[in-house]
Amino acid sequence: METTTISPTLPTVPVRPLAAVRRYAGQWGLIAALAALPVYYGIHDLVFGYQAGYVAGHLVIKHDLSNLGYDFAQGLSNGAIWALIAIGYTLVYGIIELINFAHGDVFMIGSFTAVGLWSVFGLTPGEGAAALTGFLLLTLIITMLVTGSLNVLIERVAYRPLRSAPKLAALITAVGFSFILQNVGLLWRGGSPQSVPDLIGVQQTVFTIGGVAIQRGYILVFAVMIPLVFATTWFINSTRAGRAMRATAQDPEAARLMGINVNATISLTFLLGGMLAGAAGLVYALYETNVWYFQGFKAGLFAFTAAVMGGIGNVRGAVLGGLIIGVIQALSDARLGPQWTEAVVFGYLIAIMVLRPRGLLGEETREAG
Amino acid sequence: MSVFVERLRQGQAAAVERLPRWWNRALAGALIAFGIVLPFFFPPDSGFMNGTIIAVAYAVMSLGLNIVVGFAGLLDLGYVAFYALGAYSLGWFGSGFFFKLHIHVLVSPVASTLPGVHLNFVLILIAAALICAAAGMLIGLPTLRLRGDYIAIVTLAFGEIIGTLAVNGQSIPVGGGMTLTAGNLGISAVDAPYFPGYGSFGLLNLRPWYWLIFGILLLVLFVNVRLRDSRLGRAWVALREDEVAAVSMGVPLVKTKLLAYSVGAAFGGMAGAFFGTYYTVVNASQFAFGFSIFILAMVIIGGIGSIWGALVGGLALGYINNYLIPDVLNDLPSKFGLHFELTQLGVGIFGFLLVIMMLLRPQGLIPERRRRLELTAQITAEDAQLAEAPAGEVTVLLPPGEGAA
Repeated sequence: METTTISPTLPTVPVRPLAAVRRYAGQWGLIAALAALPVYYGIHDLVFGYQAGYVAGHLVIKHDLSNLGYDFAQGLSNGAIWALIAIGYTLVYGIIELINFAHGDVFMIGSFTAVGLWSVFGLTPGEGAAALTGFLLLTLIITMLVTGSLNVLIERVAYRPLRSAPKLAALITAVGFSFILQNVGLLWRGGSPQSVPDLIGVQQTVFTIGGVAIQRGYILVFAVMIPLVFATTWFINSTRAGRAMRATAQDPEAARLMGINVNATISLTFLLGGMLAGAAGLVYALYETNVWYFQGFKAGLFAFTAAVMGGIGNVRGAVLGGLIIGVIQALSDARLGPQWTEAVVFGYLIAIMVLRPRGLLGEETREAG
Repeated sequence: MSVFVERLRQGQAAAVERLPRWWNRALAGALIAFGIVLPFFFPPDSGFMNGTIIAVAYAVMSLGLNIVVGFAGLLDLGYVAFYALGAYSLGWFGSGFFFKLHIHVLVSPVASTLPGVHLNFVLILIAAALICAAAGMLIGLPTLRLRGDYIAIVTLAFGEIIGTLAVNGQSIPVGGGMTLTAGNLGISAVDAPYFPGYGSFGLLNLRPWYWLIFGILLLVLFVNVRLRDSRLGRAWVALREDEVAAVSMGVPLVKTKLLAYSVGAAFGGMAGAFFGTYYTVVNASQFAFGFSIFILAMVIIGGIGSIWGALVGGLALGYINNYLIPDVLNDLPSKFGLHFELTQLGVGIFGFLLVIMMLLRPQGLIPERRRRLELTAQITAEDAQLAEAPAGEVTVLLPPGEGAA
């Protein structure tokens, strides 16, 4: 006679063998991946040294970190430009969940507008400091207004009518506008990169810290970027319109029910993003001393990578991501060769997606959960 | 208004019912016959034939991408990677590029005396499909946990990495003084397709090229139609519509998604291999991000998820890009006294078309039947829901796209 036995133990949850590894990878993997490049090259410089140029015909090999410091200085100032563009991406994505592909080209139009204004004002490298500053500030304001309105216009024409259509439709119109703007740029200034006058002498050394020469260009970039970022965060966090933006980003429907004019708020977001892109365009033209109709493509992709890295929808994250991308770019440019930089940056992008889809400072989102 | 629409819909249903069952097959047969005899109406080396061949090859790619984006709902912005891999399969296995090797399988008498790897075009086609299917799975792996736009970004990154590898492949040695790619110089002198009994294809007579790519198109169309109605095809649609529900109903997520990537990639690779031999050069500058968007635009303009839409979208954009703008309308501005050529505006015109198309008809030229039903049925369902909801009960109407959370 058989007896049926009832298992006295509760069914156990199967232990996944690599659960701990996965958890740590999720928490620290991205940070470790980001630290890998500078740490490797730092150790490399200290142990094997680097060629610091020729003194009296002899090759000088140094064993210190000033070369790495130079890459960082270069990278942070590149990154500050990407950060300004990335804020536009992150704000727009935060509020209507659209990858605004035309954003990089708005930045390009910003560069072109600034360069065009210089020749209208007749600015030349020999200009006096006061006049130069005044004219550059005027250029900055006009450029920001132009790109801001351009961005609002694009939203009004291409994205707003598609608010209730499938999300892919708006993505395609964004790509369409990106192409249109590129064609405008192509007709405006031709198909090859054009050098523009070096108005401020970007490469002149202002002072030296720890063997790293700080050039005028670095100071310029941060002098534009830091106030703009503070102004943007203040606007978003402390004004009524900024609160409306945050509310709309959280829940457009509820925001509308609470009496917020959602369409106006979205337009405002595009205005803000476009203005920052215009500022970035002016700084880029001053800093790189050349402009190209296709510059917006790479800038757009790098800035979007920065926005994703920082955690999309998060302004501080976009700035942090931009600076990190800039440093990665500078390290790769200097050590691996500029032709590999795109692959390196996109490799990092995939690493972010695998290790920490929510980004460095972002929260869990619906899409990246 | 709605009464009128209702009547129109009834009329349409009646018309569909009245058509005999063989109608669809007869139509398909007539279209295939038309496709086969088409080259006889045009000179064998005309610009129109050239445009047609490229348009048909684009349609093959568009059908491949439609599986990934349309059926499975995985937005792929790096499809150019498979074009590149397919074209490089041809460059690797159908030219003297790997000059240290001597491998010849079923190639023309001329090619079989040359150094390098020379395989028959059909074998290269299979190799391209297999390589791309493997690469598709590789690209799919990191996206399994992600949704929506994040998938788009990862695939975009992969496409750009493959493009960078293609450009810089000259500095990647693969042994024996040979490199991975020839970068922007291009792998030139690739073999033309050769079939025993016919001989090699020449560039003065484009008809055999046309029949070759038309044959590939028919194959891809057949596979597409069969896949759509298969168990796998329904699993893709289920995942697209609601991932959580599909998985809890037993749809294997990993396998289904990876199969979508690899099948779509395989078709892209086949078209890529064809382009490699047709352009007679495999050049890294062909593999830019814009191409991915171009193919995606075909799928979306045609009607996302719809096989016939992808076909029409691919043909239409292929003709516009490679025949209408450069050949037919190029000197139009000069006729109005304007001093530029239309090809200079090519990108802008294309962008403008995309914007206009999306604004006027976001569902595409030939929407998928299921999606069309959704779009029209949703409105009536929402109205009914509102009317029937009892007082005190809150009805939440989510805008499209919000429900998939």
